[in-house]
Amino acid sequence: MRVALFITCVNDALFPDAGRAVVGLLERLGVAVDFPPGQTCCGQMQYNTGYRHQAEPLAVRFASVFAGYDAVVTPSGSCAAMVREVYPRIGERAAAEGRGDALAEQAARVVPKVYELSEFLVDVLGVEDVGAYFPHTVAYHPTCHSLRLLRVGDRPTRLLRAVKGLDLVELPGAEECCGFGGTFSVKNPAVSAAMGSDKVRAAVDSGAEVLCAADNSCLMHIGGTISRQGSGVRVMHLAEILARTEGSAS
Amino acid sequence: MSGTYRGAPAFPKAAEASTRDRQLRGNLRHATHTIRAKRARAVAELGDWAQLRAAGAAIKDHTLRHLDHYLEQLEAAVTAAGGQVHWAVDADEANRIVAELVKATGETEVVKVKSMATQEIGLNEALAEQGIRAYETDLAELIVQLGDDRPSHILVPAIHRNRSEIRDIFRSTMGKWGRPAPDDLTDSPAELAEAARLHLREKFLGAKVAVSGANFMVAETGTLVVVESEGNGRMCLTLPETLISVVGIEKVVPTWQDLEVFLQLLPRSSTAERMNPYTSTWTGTTDGDGPQTFHLILLDNGRTDTLADTVGRQALRCIRCSACLNVCPVYERAGGHAYGSPYPGPIGAILTPQLRGTASEVDASLPYASTLCGACYEVCPVAIDIPEVLVHLRERVAEGGPATRHGTKVTIKPARGHAAERAAMRAARWAFEHPRALRAGERLASGTRSVHPARLRLPGPARAWSDTRDLPSAPPEPFRDWWQRTRGARGGDGGRATQ
Amino acid sequence: MSSAGSRDIVLGRIRRALADVPRTERPQDVPVERTYLRTHGERSERQTADLLAENLADYRAVVHRCPSGELPVRVASLLAARGSATVVVAPGVPQEWLSEAAGVARIPDSAGQTAHELDSVDSVVTGCAVAIAETGTIVLDASPDQGRRRITLVPDHHICVVRLADQVVDSVPQALERLDPARPLTWISGPSATSDIELDRVEGVHGPRTLEVVLVEG
Repeated sequence: MRVALFITCVNDALFPDAGRAVVGLLERLGVAVDFPPGQTCCGQMQYNTGYRHQAEPLAVRFASVFAGYDAVVTPSGSCAAMVREVYPRIGERAAAEGRGDALAEQAARVVPKVYELSEFLVDVLGVEDVGAYFPHTVAYHPTCHSLRLLRVGDRPTRLLRAVKGLDLVELPGAEECCGFGGTFSVKNPAVSAAMGSDKVRAAVDSGAEVLCAADNSCLMHIGGTISRQGSGVRVMHLAEILARTEGSAS
Repeated sequence: MSGTYRGAPAFPKAAEASTRDRQLRGNLRHATHTIRAKRARAVAELGDWAQLRAAGAAIKDHTLRHLDHYLEQLEAAVTAAGGQVHWAVDADEANRIVAELVKATGETEVVKVKSMATQEIGLNEALAEQGIRAYETDLAELIVQLGDDRPSHILVPAIHRNRSEIRDIFRSTMGKWGRPAPDDLTDSPAELAEAARLHLREKFLGAKVAVSGANFMVAETGTLVVVESEGNGRMCLTLPETLISVVGIEKVVPTWQDLEVFLQLLPRSSTAERMNPYTSTWTGTTDGDGPQTFHLILLDNGRTDTLADTVGRQALRCIRCSACLNVCPVYERAGGHAYGSPYPGPIGAILTPQLRGTASEVDASLPYASTLCGACYEVCPVAIDIPEVLVHLRERVAEGGPATRHGTKVTIKPARGHAAERAAMRAARWAFEHPRALRAGERLASGTRSVHPARLRLPGPARAWSDTRDLPSAPPEPFRDWWQRTRGARGGDGGRATQ
Repeated sequence: MSSAGSRDIVLGRIRRALADVPRTERPQDVPVERTYLRTHGERSERQTADLLAENLADYRAVVHRCPSGELPVRVASLLAARGSATVVVAPGVPQEWLSEAAGVARIPDSAGQTAHELDSVDSVVTGCAVAIAETGTIVLDASPDQGRRRITLVPDHHICVVRLADQVVDSVPQALERLDPARPLTWISGPSATSDIELDRVEGVHGPRTLEVVLVEG
């Protein structure tokens, strides 16, 4: 099975540790992962802001770069959702606007092969205990697109529960959006900040040392709020927790 | 829509003020969280909720595909049952028809059942200009009317008011409109309801003309349906001599049987009840029982323009339950007034820019008043994919494109004020199509990280981020460099990478 | 009163808006799939009656059950307990229902009655068209034993008699099958209520604040 990592533009440029963690984790589980260098961005920011025509070439690029793989793993729920939910729609519209069926066909081929990390681990590899060790109290924030578009369900928390030493605590109001929302965070800064503050308060109230999610864009917003407010909670990507072992420093 | 909302500020600006209102935030949080859990329980009682929801969406879609047919059928059935049917292209025409009908009765006062359609067209203000006083009889509408306020929620227009604010409004203004509130009125909801009962009773018992909307109109039978709780609807629909119903054309359903779906979906979604206390249905007029004169005004006012948009038309499925408002995290913080329309919340953000167009500042900002978290779509009883329509309308604002306004096909120009964003999106797309350039940019950021201040206060639009949040520090190297350095030797061709 | 042109304008706009719908398609060509349930769960007659009572009570209706022979005594005692001196009665209500309520003046439901007159009546006694167990709803259809809509609206105390033997259905779909859309219907689920203050339910606004439902067995 040829497995490719789709790192996402945000992780590539700002959070490479999450990508290194995914690679380390998958290699530890015996999966040889590949990183096609032609990959860039899924186009979600463009599409969700109203620039479908700017997103379309990025969808074409994605479909072409990852065409040769059996599985594409990405440490981002919302980028996985962009590909799975939106690419077919962009393909349809492209065809309707006279740019041919090629994208729709390519999208149909690549869509079923795209997995968010927790889906790949649980559904494809069939593992829940990935052999991780993380002796900390953790609260999990199910990001909106993982929860409501991908419907990853309890896969991430099953993975976290199996981590040795990890104490998973409940996050109050977990299913509420953190307020990031891509360009929403700068177009509607007041509401975005209010939602972010409420999420941070929930994380503090949970008593967790670490707030974990499977999407670094949301964590950038939550973490940036925590950092500004000086709240004593750390944010970590799911992959970074699952990559930790008894040998590695915490 | 109504002139009340003309010149409303853009959503972000209005929300900036409303999110700072601690009282408002507290009231909304309390009310929406109360109803959320109840709705979930009411829905969970029905094992076939998903099937009911699918049928609800399918019936509405079916009706919309043949809307002309069903409206003609409805018109014939209402007329045969003794009603008179009028058609209104826009708000002004609907208001003019209502005013003329009221004047023809010789009356100068009407009692009103809560109705979104009449809020939308600004009927009360239009009637006032004609010397006709409209009394709102729904408790929340009464609170809004007495408080000289605007509605902020579809189901509970005074949701932004808590019990003690309501008591203050009743005490200070009820006397100006009729029977005053008792001097010793407290803020217990039961006492407040009692004060409203006494205040409105004299209006109901003497009313000669009533104005209502309708939740559903059945094409095959000509039946109208009003779903309510307090009994003010029954009072208005039963006691007066003349009834005038103003109803959006999308409220028609084909058959009597179709009500079996909506009378299960609506109460559980809106008030989280198995069934609301009162539902009234009437077909034309009935000899010796209820109003002997019945007028139905079928309202377009932007609905046919919405219908012309194959993505946006699903908004016309809406049954005004307000479940989407109650779960929306943006609505909860910003409040309903920030939406500058009688339709607030997620449904308002897709309905208003379609009914009114996207030309004004507030209407162009509404499609962006969402994080696209999807909670609204999940609870919608007729499965309106609100995030999908939001993004579709964002495209209309940002890129422009074809649309229908006042029945005519037009090409919308990209909105002013999005020029810099458009340029940035193009630049980003260019970089993402050229991975080498992208990599160079990433390296530049990493290479200069020692000079990035830890707590950057950025100028221009980026200040919106940095006012409340720190930026992550640039990493020592982007991921793709780490990969190249540690694993690059072993390939990573990706098949057909295009560098 | 609308200009004759408005009807044509609106219908014309609709037809242009539906340019994507094939011209030859007829409404019956796109049937709606109805995979939802006709009733929620299997219940015996007894269980259906219990569910009706439970759901009515859940929304603060006062529920009584009695054998048909005891109905007159029960109605009389409810009126007496309320202290009602006057009761409005629809023409088709069986004489015997009120045969034990000797001291209560009967006001007939009549066309000339004003709302103000009704407002001074203490109670109303009616039958019903159908009752729905799953939702705790009684439906009135203005038949002779239920009267004009206003008599069950203006008085503050409503006693509604439901015959368990033939008037109770399980579900909303079953109720609609039995009802005649040409008649004015009033669906009642508990006394009047409002959720308008902080989205919390409070009983007792404009409709009868006390709803008593007598479920008659046999």
